[in-house]
Amino acid sequence: MRCRYCHNPDTWKLSEDSECSESSELSEHRQTVEQLLDRAERYRDYWGREGGITVSGGEALLQLDFLTELFEEAHRRGINTCLDTAAQPFTREEPFFSRFQRLMQSTDLILLDLKHMDAERHRWLTGHTNESILDCARWLSDAGVPVWIRHVLVPGVTDDEAHLRAMRRFIDTLGNVRKVEVLPYHTLGIHKWEKLGVPYTLKDIPVPTAEQERRARDILTGL
Amino acid sequence: MRNEWRGFKGVKWLDEVNVRDFIQNNYTPYDGDESFLEGPTDATNILWGKLQELQRQERLKGGVLDMETEIVSSMTSYGPGYIDPATKDLEKIVGLQTDKPLKRAFMPYGGIKMAEQACTTYGYKPSEKLHEIFTKYCKTHNDGVFDAYTDEMLRVRHNHILTGLPDTYGRGRIVGDYRRVALYGIDFLIEQKEIDKYNCGKRQMSEDIIRLREEISMQIKALKGMKQMAEIYGYDISKPAKNAREAVQWLYFGYLAAIKTQNGAAMSVGRVSTFLDIYITRDLQEGTLTEKEAQELIDHLVMKFRMVKFARIPSYNEIFSGDPVWATLEVAGLGQDGRHQVTKNCYRFLHTLENMGPSPEPNLTVLYSPRLPETFKHYAAMVSVKTSSIQYENDDVMRPIWGDDYSICCCVSATQTGKEMQFFGARANMAKTLLYAINGGVDAKTREQCGPKFRPITSEYLTWEELEPRFRDTLDWLADIYVNTLNLIHYMHDKYFYEAAEMALIDTDVRRTFATGIAGFSHVVDSICAVKYAKVKILRDENGFNYDYVIEGDFPRYGNDDDRADEVALWVLKTFVAKIKRHHTYRNSEPTTSILTITSNVVYGKYTGNLPDGRRAGTPLSPGANPSYGAEKNGLLASLNSVAKIPYEYALDGISNTQTIAPSALGHNDEERAQTLVRVMDGYFTKGAHHLNVNVFGVDKLLDAMEHPEKPEYANFTIRVSGYAVKFIDLTREQQEDVIARQAHERL
Repeated sequence: MRCRYCHNPDTWKLSEDSECSESSELSEHRQTVEQLLDRAERYRDYWGREGGITVSGGEALLQLDFLTELFEEAHRRGINTCLDTAAQPFTREEPFFSRFQRLMQSTDLILLDLKHMDAERHRWLTGHTNESILDCARWLSDAGVPVWIRHVLVPGVTDDEAHLRAMRRFIDTLGNVRKVEVLPYHTLGIHKWEKLGVPYTLKDIPVPTAEQERRARDILTGL
Repeated sequence: MRNEWRGFKGVKWLDEVNVRDFIQNNYTPYDGDESFLEGPTDATNILWGKLQELQRQERLKGGVLDMETEIVSSMTSYGPGYIDPATKDLEKIVGLQTDKPLKRAFMPYGGIKMAEQACTTYGYKPSEKLHEIFTKYCKTHNDGVFDAYTDEMLRVRHNHILTGLPDTYGRGRIVGDYRRVALYGIDFLIEQKEIDKYNCGKRQMSEDIIRLREEISMQIKALKGMKQMAEIYGYDISKPAKNAREAVQWLYFGYLAAIKTQNGAAMSVGRVSTFLDIYITRDLQEGTLTEKEAQELIDHLVMKFRMVKFARIPSYNEIFSGDPVWATLEVAGLGQDGRHQVTKNCYRFLHTLENMGPSPEPNLTVLYSPRLPETFKHYAAMVSVKTSSIQYENDDVMRPIWGDDYSICCCVSATQTGKEMQFFGARANMAKTLLYAINGGVDAKTREQCGPKFRPITSEYLTWEELEPRFRDTLDWLADIYVNTLNLIHYMHDKYFYEAAEMALIDTDVRRTFATGIAGFSHVVDSICAVKYAKVKILRDENGFNYDYVIEGDFPRYGNDDDRADEVALWVLKTFVAKIKRHHTYRNSEPTTSILTITSNVVYGKYTGNLPDGRRAGTPLSPGANPSYGAEKNGLLASLNSVAKIPYEYALDGISNTQTIAPSALGHNDEERAQTLVRVMDGYFTKGAHHLNVNVFGVDKLLDAMEHPEKPEYANFTIRVSGYAVKFIDLTREQQEDVIARQAHERL
């Protein structure tokens, strides 16, 4: 997905030019599961009882096999695993579906981004409809995988009351939601767009006020 | 049992001075949260309002509100003083250093020249009569030191390889056990000292015994002085305190005696929180005190600690910037029996930062352990997030060495309360020492032959094979001159500026530590790494002096959890400590070392040339055990991991680490930030780290405060620097820029 408010547009490009990738910086950063976890374990003391590793992106589901290998080894080491995803690659088609189900066996928590409840608004915002995302949320609920729902609050784009109430209704149908977070939109990523030479279309949109945030939180998480 | 001790349990402490035993038998650990806390009373608001106005006037007058020139400070040289005589009945806890609030006393015993210079700097005319007395008839510490200094000592001092030496002012860092005044009353303490004196020197009158007898006599006189001082305020402290208000007041009188007679760099209060809680708890149970009144007592005591002032000279302010006194005060910690020592009073002390706003003094220190109650850890972290005024020290590494009743005697150094004293040793500039090794003892700044005249390195590239033996030899020389200089200074301090008031509240059979220190630690480590892992080309001037370095290639740096660099850090520390320990230290004290610089990292940097790690001449060294500016590339936790690898056993005087974390890196709101901060500290201290100064703010706020210090929101804006806290606007511009240059972690 290419969200209009993305603060990491530098993660969009999926592969470096294959010709030079062997000698590029990228290969230096390519690490094995063992190396990654060894590095992570240096921070084990900071995790507390609930902490562990979180994999985010880009979209981590695009590297499903590596992710599965990582999470399975993490579990062997007694490390909690958490996946931060927008779930757009989700499908019940094979071969994805059975691979995804295997990943879920070693996933302790999912941070699931819900961008918008309206399919067309969702397409405008991200380039894709929300169909696969909502389907994923339902599947996760049926499978009982714990989820934190996260929603980025953009004034005038994702904060109208009807939409927020629709999202609340949807969340209430799920049986696996442990927490709902409202993330206020921020403009800290704009310079990256400029650097990449991609026009930023939300330029004139302000960050939400404390009042707007409170209102959204009331709707999404209130009793 | 005497009535003052009604309801107290225990046996041992009854007929010997043993405050720890009293605490262990009587304190009530508290596991609840902060909901019981009370806001400020009207009296607190009125007094604090007046004090803030006085502080504003002080700042307008260039940093000093008023100064004494005619009266030599002693326990009894003034009548009673109050924040405002018109509201003196509102002051639950009384006692000022002089007759007026924030007025600085005249203290010539450290050195008459400095005492006078402090006056003239701020436009006051020193007394001619006192000048005559202290130059003709009475010798000072400073005179003694300079009578005995060798040429070489003067040279290392002049070249700033040793800086901040306590040769012109009180050495400080001695914490009297002020709790004794409250628990026993002065008469019992005098009796005990009389017994000690009687037992001292039977059948043998050697020099050390003679000195000890003289010292005990001075201590007894000081105890009598405390009684008189309290009488001036209408109190009789000859007997034990009989309730909480008296306990707080008696304890404060003990401390007041110290700050009226000594202008030590650090005048710590000590571990008083849990002790006082016992009295408050008894009063609450007896129905003679309410929680509101209990908080008021603590607020008023803390207000007094916020008022401690000394007259200082400009060169002193350069090293210890922002007018600090290190009225360090500890809360929490665990006991040897496994119970935590968190009481409601630990909450009350931290709560003063909310009731009266942030403040650098007292230097509030949480003795941290991951095993402290979660509720307390969370509250402390929350106060940190809101005020950036607290430091944390690892009780789990200090308790095995100092027991469960130690105090922090300066910024970060532990000392057993009432059992120990410390010879404060400032610090040696190790970064300069490395340059001396390269240039055969010639100073990069003065070009004097200061160190031993070894052969300078003449190769094109700096190699570890060539550098290591030279560095070791130069460190030998440094340890030698450093220890000897300190031996001399402390001999003179004992002789001419003995801390009778503090020592009167410490056991006669005292243990002594000898606290050396290192400055420029991270730069030495990174420089050695550059030499070992990259190629370092030497730039040489026409006189053959090695003045700069060009680094070819990359190298590991301390502060990234990279074992290659962190092993070098260990080597540097161990090598230095081993060399210090080879020497005889004054009065058979135990040598220790700190990696701690206060704000002196700026001054040390000024006199240090270009370094092989790429640091430019004259720029500040990184403070304490902090990684160098810009060296941390892997976030806060990687940096903390590096510092945590330094074993505390090798630096028992403390390993200071100051970190600034952007609020957004910790969480979306204060609640989340506090939770994350607790996790960060749990992890860091589990790894065996010693100390953490926690600042939570972004660089934007610092920049704005530097440009607009007049904004009311910045009047009390407090930040933690190496080992203490300061009001940001009280720092020199140079030091403000240094603070801003340090990394604010935007991510963990």
